[in-house]
Amino acid sequence: MADLVRLTIDGKPVEAPAGTLVIEAARCIGVEIPAFCYYPGLSLQAACRMCLVEVERAPKLLASCTLPVAENMVVRTDTPAVKQARRSMIEFLLTNHPLDCPVCDKGGECELQDMVFRYGAGESRFSEVKQHVEEKRFSPIVFFDAPRCVLCYRCVRICNEGLGVRALGIVNRGVASEIGPNRGDRLECDECGACIDICPVGALTSGIYRYQTRPWEMQHVGTICTFCANGCKTTLGVRNHRIIRGNNRDRSGINGEFLCIKGRYAFDFVHSEERLQTPLLRVNGELQPVSWSRALAAVAEKFTEVKARGGKFGVIGSNHTTNEENYFLQKFARQALGTGNIDHQRTGDVATLLGCTRSLATVADLYSTKAALVVGSDLAQQHPLYAFQLRANWRHHQARVYTVTEGPVREDQYSAGRARVQRGEELAGVERLREQLKAEPELVILFGDAIQGEAVRKLVAFGDSLGIPVKYVCLLDYSNSRGAADMGLTPEPGGGLTLPEMLAAWDLDVLWVVGANPLKNGELAADGAFVVVQDLFLTETARRADVVLPAASAYEKSGTVTSATGEVQALRAALKVMGAKPDLEIFGLIAREMGIDLGVAMPEAVFEEIRQTVRGYNVPLPVIAAGGAAQALAPEAPVAAAGRADLAESARNTLFTSGTLGRYSKALNSVEEAPGGLYR
Amino acid sequence: MTFSPELETRLETLMRSCPPGREASALIPMLLYAQDETGALTSEVVEEVARRLGITPLQADEVISYYSMLRRRPAGRHHLQICTNVSCMLRGGQELYGHACKRLGIRNHEVTADGEFSLEEAECLGACSWAPAMLVNYDYHQDMTPEKLDRLIDSLEKKH
Repeated sequence: MADLVRLTIDGKPVEAPAGTLVIEAARCIGVEIPAFCYYPGLSLQAACRMCLVEVERAPKLLASCTLPVAENMVVRTDTPAVKQARRSMIEFLLTNHPLDCPVCDKGGECELQDMVFRYGAGESRFSEVKQHVEEKRFSPIVFFDAPRCVLCYRCVRICNEGLGVRALGIVNRGVASEIGPNRGDRLECDECGACIDICPVGALTSGIYRYQTRPWEMQHVGTICTFCANGCKTTLGVRNHRIIRGNNRDRSGINGEFLCIKGRYAFDFVHSEERLQTPLLRVNGELQPVSWSRALAAVAEKFTEVKARGGKFGVIGSNHTTNEENYFLQKFARQALGTGNIDHQRTGDVATLLGCTRSLATVADLYSTKAALVVGSDLAQQHPLYAFQLRANWRHHQARVYTVTEGPVREDQYSAGRARVQRGEELAGVERLREQLKAEPELVILFGDAIQGEAVRKLVAFGDSLGIPVKYVCLLDYSNSRGAADMGLTPEPGGGLTLPEMLAAWDLDVLWVVGANPLKNGELAADGAFVVVQDLFLTETARRADVVLPAASAYEKSGTVTSATGEVQALRAALKVMGAKPDLEIFGLIAREMGIDLGVAMPEAVFEEIRQTVRGYNVPLPVIAAGGAAQALAPEAPVAAAGRADLAESARNTLFTSGTLGRYSKALNSVEEAPGGLYR
Repeated sequence: MTFSPELETRLETLMRSCPPGREASALIPMLLYAQDETGALTSEVVEEVARRLGITPLQADEVISYYSMLRRRPAGRHHLQICTNVSCMLRGGQELYGHACKRLGIRNHEVTADGEFSLEEAECLGACSWAPAMLVNYDYHQDMTPEKLDRLIDSLEKKH
C-alpha cells in the first residue's frame, strides 16, 4: 500500500493506511480499546468516552475512535490515567443504571456488564437514589427501558444511516435524555429490530424474545431465512426444539448483521398451533387424521394406478423447498410419473435472463459497484437486504443509485437519478437515464417482474449498448424461487403444462402440490382429480386435497437454497417438529411405497447429483459446507426459457407479508405497519 | 401550513443563508421565530419546519426537547423566567422564584388559568452582575426582590 503510517501503540510498532482510526489500528495488533458508541460502518459519534487513550505530546486524553493515525504517533492504552478514565466513565454510566443483571434480558451478553467486569471500579461512590423511568413499549417488537440506556446512539444511527428509516432520536437533555420514537409514544418503522440487536445494553429489547431464556441456554443455529429471495443468514436461538430468537450478530452470511423483521422475528410460524402434524386422508368426503403408512399407501396406489393407465399428472413445486427437494421432485415427475406437467409459482423471469447473459451480480457486488439501477421494484420493501447494501454502498463509497419505479421509493432519498413510470413503461424510463448511465464506469441492474420475456432481452441489450461492464439481478419473491427455476420445476419444453394450464385441465387425474397454494386465487377445473398436498398448513389448496402430508419447514431440515443473486447456501436444521417430515424424505417414502428407485433421498446425495448434472451448480463443496455462499454460474450455453415468460408475476410482498408462511407468523401480523404497501 | 408574510420572508432568508445541502443548520432560529409567531411549536408547526428543511419531525423534536427556550406547549402571555443558578441563588433567586410561585399560584412550566402568566425556573441568564435576574419574555429585569416582582406583576396585569 502506498502511504502507510507508522506509529506505536503500547510500545508495539504498527503500520496502518493513512486515515485509519487509532481504535482500529489497535485492534489490528490485538489491543482492544473499549467503546460503546464506536461501531464499524456507522458514522463517528464520540459520545461514550470509553475509548480515551494517552497520546504522547497531547495535553489530555484523546478519543481513539475519532483519532486518525499519524506518523510517529505514540499511543498508550494501559496507563493509570487511561484506566482511571475508564473507571470514571463506567461509574457515571452506572449512576442511574439498574444493577439487576440477574433479571435483565441482556444479562450474559451485555457489553456494559463485560466492560464493568474488565475495566470498571468494583464499587460506586454514588449513594443517591437512582432515577427511575418506567419501561416503554414502542411497538409489539421494540421495548425501551430508559435507565439502562448508555446513550451511545447506535440505534439512532443504524436506523437513520443503515436503514434510512429515521425512526429513532434522542430527546430531552442531560440526565433526562432518552431514546424517542418517531410517533411520540410509538414507533412507525420497518420493525426490523436492528436497533435492538445493536444495543450494547438491555435498553432496547424485543417483545418476541425477552424474558424467555438466558442466552447461554440456547443453541445457536445459523441457517438461511425462509422468506424472501435475498438469502440472508439468520442465526436461530433454539431451546428444547423451540426457536426463541433470530439474529445474525456473528455477521456470518452474505447479509452481515442485516436482517428484516422476517428474518429476525417471523420464525414463529414454525410453532403455529395450526401446523399440520399428522397426515390427513379424505374418507367419506372428510379429511381425517391417519397414519403415515396409510396416507403414503393411498398416494402410492393412486400414482401407480394413474401411471399404469397413462393418466394425466400435474406437479406443482415450491418456492421455499430446497434445491435437493426441487430436483428430486422434478426427477420423480419426469422419470417415475412420466409427465412434463411441472411448474412452480414463477415470480420473476430469471430463465430468460440466464438465457441471454452470464454476467450476474452477487450481494457483495451491490456494496462495491460504482453504480446501480433498480427497475420496477420497491427495493426497501421487497428486497430489504439489497436496499441495505445499496444504501451502505452510497454511504461508504458514494455509489450512485438510479431508480425506475412506478411510485416513490426509499432510494429516492439519495438516488442520483430517477424515472417515474407507469407499470409496463419501465424500459422507456431506463432509456431516459441512458446518458447518465453511460457515464458510469460500471453498473448493476436489478429488475423485478415488470421486466420479462422480450423486455429482459431488451434490457440486456440496453446494458450491452452502454459500453461499460454491467451485471444483473433478477428480483424474485421467495427463498428458493431461483432454485426452483434452476432445478427444473418448469414445464417440459414442447407440451408440458404450465401451472394455470394444469389448474384449467378438466381431465387432470392427479395434482401433486408441494409447498404451494395455487388454489388461493385459482380454481381446479378437474373435479375428479386426486389431489396430494405437502404443506405446513391446511391452506386453501390443502382443503381441496385427498391426501395432505405434513411437511417440515426450512428451519427443520438440511439442504441448499439459491438466492435471487444465484448464491447457493446451506440450510441447517435447527429443530424438529413432531409429525412433520422434510419434503425430500416424503418423496423418498412415496417412491419406496411405489417400488421405484430414484436414488437415495438424502440431501447430501441429491446435492452431489445436482452438482454433477445441473448446469452452473458445480459449486465448491467446502464453501457450502462451511456455511458460505457460492454463486451458481450462469450456463455457458444459453438455455431456452422454459414455458411462457409472461407467467412470472411477483406477489408484491411488503416487509410484512410473505405468502403462506407470512400469514401464519403472529409476529409479522402483530405490528401496526402490517400489511403495508408498495410505493408509498 | 402557512405563516405570515413577514415570517415567510424571514424563514426564506434564513434558509438561503445556509450553504446548499446544509439548510438544516437554520433549524433553531426557524423554530424560534415560528414560535414567536404561533406561541408554541405545535406538531403542525414542527412538521412544517421539518418538511422545509428535509429532516424528520423527530429530528426537530430532538432539538426542541433539548433547548428550554423552545416550547411544544404555549406559555403565558407574559413568560417569566427566574434564574436560580449560583450567582442569583446567592443573591436570593430561590426566594424570588418561591415568591413568584406563591403570587401566581403556579409551579415550574405551568401557566395561570387565564393564560396571562407562565413561570420557568431558569438556568443562568448571563446577568450575574445584576443578580438576581429574571426575564419577562425577551426583557431583562435585574436586582430583583420579591417586592419589585410584585410591582412588576401588577404592572403587567394592568397592561391588558
